[in-house]
Amino acid sequence: MVLTNSFWDTAPPWLIKMKEDFILNFVDAGRWKWLVEGLGNTLLITLFALLIGLVIGVVIAAVRSTYDKNRESMEMQKGFGYYLLKIVNGICNLYLTVIRGTPVVVQLLIMYFIVFASSRDSLMVAIIAFGINSGAYVAEILRGGIMSIDNGQFEAGRSLGFNYVQTMIHIIIPQVFKNVLPTLCNEFIVLLKETSVAGYVGIVDLTKAGDLIRGRTFSAFMPLIAVALIYLAMVVILTALVSALERRLRKSER
Amino acid sequence: MSDNSAYIHVTNLKKYYKGGIHALDGVDCDINRGEVVVIIGPSGSGKSTFLRSLNLLEIPTTGEIVVNGTNIVGKGVKIDQHRQKMCMVFQHFNLFPHMTVLRNLTLAPMKLLKKSQEEAEVKAMSLLQRVGLADRANAYPSQLSGGQKQRIAIVRALAMEPEVMLFDEPTSALDPEMVGEVLEVMKELASEGMTMVVVTHEMGFAKEVASRVLFMDAGKIVEEGPPEEIFNHPKHPRLQEFLSKVL
Repeated sequence: MVLTNSFWDTAPPWLIKMKEDFILNFVDAGRWKWLVEGLGNTLLITLFALLIGLVIGVVIAAVRSTYDKNRESMEMQKGFGYYLLKIVNGICNLYLTVIRGTPVVVQLLIMYFIVFASSRDSLMVAIIAFGINSGAYVAEILRGGIMSIDNGQFEAGRSLGFNYVQTMIHIIIPQVFKNVLPTLCNEFIVLLKETSVAGYVGIVDLTKAGDLIRGRTFSAFMPLIAVALIYLAMVVILTALVSALERRLRKSER
Repeated sequence: MSDNSAYIHVTNLKKYYKGGIHALDGVDCDINRGEVVVIIGPSGSGKSTFLRSLNLLEIPTTGEIVVNGTNIVGKGVKIDQHRQKMCMVFQHFNLFPHMTVLRNLTLAPMKLLKKSQEEAEVKAMSLLQRVGLADRANAYPSQLSGGQKQRIAIVRALAMEPEVMLFDEPTSALDPEMVGEVLEVMKELASEGMTMVVVTHEMGFAKEVASRVLFMDAGKIVEEGPPEEIFNHPKHPRLQEFLSKVL
């Protein structure tokens, strides 16, 4: 107690100002709790949107690459499957065009005020909106990964007697996963940061929490820098985890 | 089908690409069990297309391929089961780069022939022993030389216990000093009575090992016969011209 007192007695004025700012923005009225709540919502939206995005992405990439890979052989037979796949592929293309051609904020607002106008569960709406948005990008990343694998790998699998799906599962997907991991990670980082527009539909996410504090205390520096540092820390940790995973997967390329 | 009919019976096989290119322009051919058929010809003559049609990696536009009494061109054919009996060795090896050599050899037998891991590994090790690569079982393909990769690719196909082996220019991507080791494995295979269809530019191999040589040009089989006939007494002017260039 004595020690701390004597430190603050002799501290330079700017440091004392910072301490007061810190207390004002985070300690007074328990304002730090807003940041915690905001961080929780940001993580919640990101995590579930990520899962939805992965599911949508895998399905669409599967449809689109199956169509591309088998178009020639199916055109010969023109069965029911061919027309079904052609229609589903067309729907996927439409989805990709619309989602990638409009801003995510607009999509979020349309979801909240038009599609789910009757629902006031803004968190759920945000998860769905960001998930559908992310799915389009994940789909194209995965499809690019599949198409980048040498066609000889498909042929080797097929020539041994694997069917199309078995070839994908045992031979292609493991190689794709390794190749697209950095790009996929990048998409997740983008998603994490994109959720910062969730405040538009009344969600207190991390960004909105910082902004709320700023509005109360009329002191911008502390809350906004704190928000930035929290985003930065999350991205750095995520990047480190993925590079560790990448190193393990690269074993076969010694 | 009578007993003396060919194992593979190809009738009037045609493959047209968009833009009017006739890769195959009516190929008729019989391949018997135990035969080593070597296909030669200038590039673009359709020899690879023909070989790849045999296991439907290329889908023919029209024609029939009857294997063991079943026409494999057409609807409702279980092509994946057919391919298990007719394995292929590629110019660029196409080993699975994310798996060890051993796993490359055991994957298909375990998943498709439902062999146990132990059973598949015993078989794989004896095959590796045969081509002198047992000590590389736990290596990854990127750690092997071209000749080693191609020998692995051959035994990967053999691990499926196929009835026919298709070779698509198996030595074309190899450094010259590695060609011999791959041809040696193929010769041994031929002497054991394996039915083989080989597309190659190795005329020495064709002379020595082939039971029959097919010469293709412009999507057709122009001349066929035993190697001594083809190489010593070529009849067709296109074959004479081709041989004068490559020999």
